[in-house]
Amino acid sequence: MADANEPVSVVGIPSRVEYTYSPGRATTRFLRAIEQKRLMGQRCTGCGKVYIPPRGACPRCGLPTDEEVELTDKGTVVSFTVVRVPSENIQLELPYAAGSILLDGADIPFQALLRDVEVADVRPGMRVQAVWVDDAELQPSFTNIKWFHPIDEPDVPFEKFQEHL
Amino acid sequence: MRDVAIVSYAQTPYQSSVSAQNEVEMLMPILSEAVEKSGIPRKEIGFTCSGSTDYLAGQSFSFVMAVDALGAWPPIRESHVEMDGAWALYESWVKIQTGEVDSALIFSFGRQSMGDLPSVLCLQLDPYVLQPLHPDGISLAALQARALLDAGKSSEREWAQIAVRSRADAKDNPDALVKGDADVDAFLAESCVASPLRPHTLPPVTDGAAAMVIAAGDLARRVSEKPVWIRGIDHRLDPHMPGVRDLTVSPSTAKATEKAGGAAGVEVAELHAPFAPQEVILRDAMGLGSDVKINPSGGPLAAHPMMVAGLARIGEAARQIWGGKAGRALAHATQGPCLQQNLVTILEAD
Ligand SMILES: [Zn+2]
Repeated sequence: MADANEPVSVVGIPSRVEYTYSPGRATTRFLRAIEQKRLMGQRCTGCGKVYIPPRGACPRCGLPTDEEVELTDKGTVVSFTVVRVPSENIQLELPYAAGSILLDGADIPFQALLRDVEVADVRPGMRVQAVWVDDAELQPSFTNIKWFHPIDEPDVPFEKFQEHL
Repeated sequence: MRDVAIVSYAQTPYQSSVSAQNEVEMLMPILSEAVEKSGIPRKEIGFTCSGSTDYLAGQSFSFVMAVDALGAWPPIRESHVEMDGAWALYESWVKIQTGEVDSALIFSFGRQSMGDLPSVLCLQLDPYVLQPLHPDGISLAALQARALLDAGKSSEREWAQIAVRSRADAKDNPDALVKGDADVDAFLAESCVASPLRPHTLPPVTDGAAAMVIAAGDLARRVSEKPVWIRGIDHRLDPHMPGVRDLTVSPSTAKATEKAGGAAGVEVAELHAPFAPQEVILRDAMGLGSDVKINPSGGPLAAHPMMVAGLARIGEAARQIWGGKAGRALAHATQGPCLQQNLVTILEAD
């Protein structure tokens, strides 16, 4: 028996709440397209910016992004980081690079792994392309893209993507 | 005190599930509608405040994602309360009182259908001695209802009558979810969900959003033909632990009503009683006479979007004034277990 006056420092209170998540119209269209190995962005009806993955609104204008725009799976690394510290959530061999990738025709970058390249060679402006899972494994998920890897195209100058960092 | 008026209000049609839409998609049309109706250009609205809780979507920072619907560029003055949108209105009213801004956009949203609200509401309870017992939102309301019966202050028949009235009034509200002709005896033949609460006494699972624009005196007069003046607004609370309270009364509601200006002369009252028995407690605390029309919108039994239903009471009361149905109206919002927190607003036409 603990001393009655000893402060209680730990209590266990199991709790569980379950949710059925639904991502909304815009993201649903994106996920249905990526299931077909296509990358669908959406253009703002106000400022013309193209968002991918889309959430249905242009945060700049507060307007719906109703126009669908199909993009290629090629893009440019606009920024990157190299992960060197292990974490229990990371299954990858260290060090590895992750980048902000601006797809051709898009106005905002998204984050993805960068592989098939030495981390020392990763640089802003580097041209990359998506590496997809096998067709049999395609599902309505962004994980259909395993990572991006370099392609044999000249680097894009900083001025061309500085607005999209 | 600066005079402050509601100059516009918009809400989604309430649905049992809007699973096709995310929060931003649900919000954009009503934000545009409220801003457009206000007559104040979006970029000139001085302050924006929202009320919501991430527990509904089970998604952290979903309230920040909702800002995508605003077009917040160049950066705007923006705030959020982890409370019903009625409290976002309260913060906005205070902001206008400081003199820093002359107008505010208030909004709130909830997609309750994605989770299990009664279980989510359990998480707002004391974590050491109450939450481990898992009293959910319905069980706590049932305890309160039972206390009312035991005290001889109400009856199951009275609750069924409230539900019948709510559904009948909701027929005239295109946004309401549960509406139609119903029968007291048929309701009383239902079996209990949590004794003594039967299904008709419970708020329906509801998804939806609402938005409102308020403005200070001169601006309100300039942009609106019929500003609805907020004559008083007051928020009071009872202790968090239901066990230390007499659940059959609501002293915080009585105090908030008094401080907001009192119920005298009120023709219409929109009461946020998520469970039918709670309406009896609120009417009693406010001293509402039998001549006061209660919940002409159908009230929370007709649509209860969590985090929105309180703001919706204020919006629906304003609609009564805009529609010429009342010159003075009372709107009430609640939050917390068993009517713990209560906010009362008194609205008037010019
Ligand atoms: Zn835009």
